[in-house]
Amino acid sequence: MVWPLCAVLLALAPLIFSGSFALALLSQMGIAIVACLSFNLLFGQGGMLSFGHAVYAGLGGFVAMHALNAFSAGAGWLPVSLVPLCGGLGGLAFALVFAYPSTRRAGSSFAMITLGLGELVYALTALLPGFFGGEAGIAGNRVNGHVVLGVSFGPAIELYYLLALYTLVCALLMYLFTRTPLGQMLQAVRDNPQRVASIGYDPQRVRYLAMLLAGFFAGISGGMAALHFEIVNAEAVGSARSAAYLVFTVLGGTASFAGPVLGGVLMVLCTVLLSAWTKAWLLYLGLGFVLVVVYAPGGLAGVLAQQLRLVRSGHLLRLLPWYGALAACAAVALWGVALAIEMLYHQQLHAASGSAFAFLGLALDTATPGSWLTALGLFLAGGLPGLWLYPRCAARYAQAHAEAGLHAQPAVARGIW
Amino acid sequence: MEFFITTALNGLSYGLMLFMLSAGLTLTFSMMGVLNFAHASFYMLGAYVGFSIAHAWGFWAALLLAPLAVGVAGALFERFCLRRVHALGHVPELLVTFGLSYIVLETVQLVWGRSALDFSPPPSLQGPAFTLVHRAGEGLHAVWGAPPDGVCSAADAALRVSCSPFPATRALMVLVALLMLALIAALLTRTRTGLVVRAALTHPEMVNSLGHDLPRLYMLLFGAGTALAALAGVVGGSTYLTEPAMAASMGAMVFVVVVVGGLGSLSGAFAASLLIGLLQTAAAAADVVVLSGVTLARLAPALPFVLMLLMLVLRPQGLLGRSSA
Repeated sequence: MVWPLCAVLLALAPLIFSGSFALALLSQMGIAIVACLSFNLLFGQGGMLSFGHAVYAGLGGFVAMHALNAFSAGAGWLPVSLVPLCGGLGGLAFALVFAYPSTRRAGSSFAMITLGLGELVYALTALLPGFFGGEAGIAGNRVNGHVVLGVSFGPAIELYYLLALYTLVCALLMYLFTRTPLGQMLQAVRDNPQRVASIGYDPQRVRYLAMLLAGFFAGISGGMAALHFEIVNAEAVGSARSAAYLVFTVLGGTASFAGPVLGGVLMVLCTVLLSAWTKAWLLYLGLGFVLVVVYAPGGLAGVLAQQLRLVRSGHLLRLLPWYGALAACAAVALWGVALAIEMLYHQQLHAASGSAFAFLGLALDTATPGSWLTALGLFLAGGLPGLWLYPRCAARYAQAHAEAGLHAQPAVARGIW
Repeated sequence: MEFFITTALNGLSYGLMLFMLSAGLTLTFSMMGVLNFAHASFYMLGAYVGFSIAHAWGFWAALLLAPLAVGVAGALFERFCLRRVHALGHVPELLVTFGLSYIVLETVQLVWGRSALDFSPPPSLQGPAFTLVHRAGEGLHAVWGAPPDGVCSAADAALRVSCSPFPATRALMVLVALLMLALIAALLTRTRTGLVVRAALTHPEMVNSLGHDLPRLYMLLFGAGTALAALAGVVGGSTYLTEPAMAASMGAMVFVVVVVGGLGSLSGAFAASLLIGLLQTAAAAADVVVLSGVTLARLAPALPFVLMLLMLVLRPQGLLGRSSA
């Protein structure tokens, strides 16, 4: 029931958000969703925390771009719609090589190894300009004169539907994978590799196969990105991109299948909209990430799932006023924090353009104490009642939970760590 | 000959610098099971705080106070952030430190700006510690400090003279690292606290039930690890470059060291630090063409990672690590 609904949603989305910018955002969300889902295949399902997932997405993107250019130049026959698949095969091919040394160790070692591998591949981008195109990267053109079934992929809407189809199919395949014996085995390896080994499976082999699959889907997302942006550069394999996949997948939630989907949407909203709105977005992101890991380890999806269970049991309604009051306090306090941060950033980055600027509807001047006092006042006005409210709200939440017969579920698998 | 000696000394100083970082990382990891992703961020914080303290009270004060300040910050982070997620397992712990690396990076850029700082060592450290003088016919000998006038320029044009200075900051790096190594060894093997730390490495529950405050011990240890990183930061920041990118580049290198040496093995980290320091310095200095047009020097940044891959294929537990999966 969920999947046809998703398909309808994907089909109708461009009718609601019809501008070219909105369409580009939607396409990027599809790309990010596939990437985050493939990341979570490793992390959520397999307990393998990768700091180098962009390697597979990025290399897949390069392979896809080279395939597109070769086809445009007249070598062989390849419909543009299959270019992301080339990216997937590229990601798979590199995973065949890199997954072997990576999966020899699990846990913390795996994390460090993937980080090192990412750095290695990034260092190679400067050394192999033939494949990586140096600093400029490799550009291509998806509208290369070959029209299949009347589709040229010139208009953005045609590309959107192709990317939406890839997103849906990849998500469905990754979901089905969790239901296969291998997918179940992967979760077993995450939770208890010793026991898996003792019943005759090789944990290292299971991890290896999972990594191949994750590399394949990451490569597809890279190929989708290659088609969308029509350029791939070294940044696509860099550590910042790998970190972004990690951060947004965790923010979305790793314990459920919907988490990375939310994470992918959040990733585009933050990297495109938030970063254009404020220079301090990485600081907000870091703070938000730490808060989520400490207070809501299940991520956004975990929080929503908990509320959904309270909705089903009918307890949410009486919690709503508390939620509302707490949210209002938090919003005011965060407003104050954001004002202070923005003023600090303004002082550091735009000092030359004067000390006055506007943020969130307030005229600010870093040179006058009034603005700083406003920020402090807002922080205290929201924070103090919030501090009073929080334990009371938490107690009522726990009470509602107990009455509904719900038990707190482990939000994160501990597994091999 | 003097080329080999200076390269070896440079490699040694860089390797010891890597060890200052990997020692703290290894200690906190083997004790608490926490892989501190923000370790290199504390290194960077040490360099920046050291820069500010050096401006106010001089370099030697910075060498002492910056590690203390950053160590306190690290201990507070452990107390109020890391300890909260301890019960959730090691993944959230790693993730929290990862988030912290974002916050530290942005904070550093917010306070000190985005461009590299001019963190120069004090005048007493700006010259060479000693100079290797090679005169044709007389062989090689070392001169303390800068060579006297006229030594490096031969009166007779036919006589070949070459001087290779070894910077005093690098000598300081070697000295600080060796002192630190001796101090850690003494603390761990000779003091009562060291005894408790070593006991807690293998039998944490027993140590706890014998009445030692294990969480407090963890906090102090984490603080000590970050202080060591900050100490390396003050020395490294004044020798190399103090810039916002220093954490990311050093962090990746330290992780390679720890993987190559074997996760959790202090002696392995020591061996791997020296190995990688020497390897990278030698490759950067060597004027050898490997492939068509690509010199070994250009490959130097990638070499430690290649070494890591080789190590994983041939000996996945690392140089001196234990062999369990």
